[in-house]
Amino acid sequence: MLRYLTALILELQNLLMGDRFHLSASSDRTNGLVRMTAKPVGKAAGLPQLRQFLSPDLLAPVGVGLLVLAFWEVAVRVSGIQPYLLPGPLLVLQTLVSEWGTLFPSLIITFQITLAAFVVAVISGLLVSVLFTQSKWIERSFFPYAVILQTTPVVAIAPLIIIWVRQVVPGDNSTFVALVICAWIVALFPIIANTTLGLNSADHNLLNLFQLYKASRWQTLLHLRLPSAMPYFLGGLRISGGLALIGAVVAEFVAGTGGTKSGIAYQILISSYNLQIPRMFAALLMTTGLGVIIFVALTLLSDFLLGKWHESAVQREN
Amino acid sequence: MTHPAITLSDVSKVYSNGTVALQHLSLTIGEGQFISLVGPSGCGKSTVLRMIAGLGKMNSGQIEWNGGHSQRQLAFVFQEAALMPWATVQDNVRLPLKLAGVSYSASRAAVAEALELVDLNGFEQCYPRELSGGMKMRVSIARALVTKPEILLMDEPFGALDEMTRSRLNSDLLNLWSQKQWTVVFVTHNIYEAVYLSNRVIVMAARPGRVVADVAIAAPYPRTEEFRLSPLYGEYCREISSALAQAANGQDGAIATSNQRAAEYA
Ligand SMILES: Nc1ncnc2c1ncn2[C@@H]1O[C@H](COP(=O)(O)OP(=O)(O)OP(=O)(O)O)[C@@H](O)[C@H]1O
Ligand SMILES: [Mg+2]
Repeated sequence: MLRYLTALILELQNLLMGDRFHLSASSDRTNGLVRMTAKPVGKAAGLPQLRQFLSPDLLAPVGVGLLVLAFWEVAVRVSGIQPYLLPGPLLVLQTLVSEWGTLFPSLIITFQITLAAFVVAVISGLLVSVLFTQSKWIERSFFPYAVILQTTPVVAIAPLIIIWVRQVVPGDNSTFVALVICAWIVALFPIIANTTLGLNSADHNLLNLFQLYKASRWQTLLHLRLPSAMPYFLGGLRISGGLALIGAVVAEFVAGTGGTKSGIAYQILISSYNLQIPRMFAALLMTTGLGVIIFVALTLLSDFLLGKWHESAVQREN
Repeated sequence: MTHPAITLSDVSKVYSNGTVALQHLSLTIGEGQFISLVGPSGCGKSTVLRMIAGLGKMNSGQIEWNGGHSQRQLAFVFQEAALMPWATVQDNVRLPLKLAGVSYSASRAAVAEALELVDLNGFEQCYPRELSGGMKMRVSIARALVTKPEILLMDEPFGALDEMTRSRLNSDLLNLWSQKQWTVVFVTHNIYEAVYLSNRVIVMAARPGRVVADVAIAAPYPRTEEFRLSPLYGEYCREISSALAQAANGQDGAIATSNQRAAEYA
């Protein structure tokens, strides 16, 4: 078994090295092409990200992860520890497959909460930041409250929110709305903080230029401040996407078995009550997977939007 | 002398941190003149341009616009190219027209013409990061020219460029100037550049910022490389550099340096 594993790892390493050579060769080729054509980067700009995903930068941590999983599996088998204390990764995988039918619908519910909270956070965060930059006084008066909203632990206020929302929104939707609000509170701040910073960091020479040409406030916002804020805003999105998921899961924990439609946190809770630890791990795995997918999707979006101009997304040749 | 286009009288500017950037500065800028401002770093050259452009308030004094000129005909070229990195060369150049509400199709010809003037046609669709430093600067100049200004304020536009690019852009600028009959106020650190380009060089001194010499350069245009080699050219350069040295060694200068040193120790 162990010998087999080492062989596998060696194989993997070869694969990595091979890949590296292949990649450098191909990028050399593009460089050559670039030097010959007059209009260089334009099209290649979207590609580097894809290449990044296949690069050693990503394959190396995956290798480490597989190694740890292998060690975990071996340790569980050798020590004979009971699955209700610590299941091996293979058992978790099996459970994931067999419980997919019950777990996946729950994950979808959690995802819906996350998505709704995220979208609301993006829109409201953007509006609030724009409002902040319209007047120093507005920013001064309201920014502290944004900070307070951020530093209040969502676990502590979730029960309150659930109770309040139940008064306003009766029926099945009440829990959903309450959870969305909780997740929104968590996801909002990074967007406000980042976008406000971005809107305020427009190049001062360009600001002068806009002033010189008598640009209106609206023109300055639209043509200068918003584009300048784009990289910051997108950075905020990436943080906030993950936080929305965490907020949703935490709030679900607090809501417990309350609603009729129950998210993934409910499944984790139930599994732990019933000592179905492998099932709990499977649910956890799904949640983490969702978080990674959200992050990757937002990174791709960011690279797509900034690809043509921003340093963070452009593959520079000098 | 030609008709005055802009008259600065007794202009003082104190920044909010107490720096006296300009004190009782008076200057008449004649129509069609090419005026250079030279002086040590921090003597208020940029501040003069900013005051003329109406960027920031003066503490006292006034700026008059004569002969039917107004701030509307003004264009400003900053020390850095200050391009919008998210916009193509074309869109960067179009910016002043867009802000004035000119439609895309109506501005097309003007943008093409401005890019033609700075010899950048063929690069319309490039992004600023795909350009060299000199090309960025030329885009910035094209953006200033696209509104067909009559008065051009340039703040060390070629400061960051190598000698060859600088001298090419210098002669391009001179050609354009003689064609278009602009009034140019040009800030530079470089005495040789100032003498080569201008028909008037204003020497400024620091702390407080003021005019210490006003040298007319009487050489005829068009100026060629031969002018750079002529004894007259050397004479002017010497005159201006001695005015600069005097300003730096004068009473004010000595106080300023000792103050500075004290501030460094504090
Ligand atoms: N925004 C500001 N706030 C405070 N002080 C300023 C500001 N801008 C300029 N100053 C001060 O005013 C003085 C003149 O500045 P200015 O930028 O006009 O100098 P300059 O002659 O253009 O210098 P350089 O050749 O280095 O560009 C300097 O001493 C500077 O410290
Ligand atoms: Mg300056």
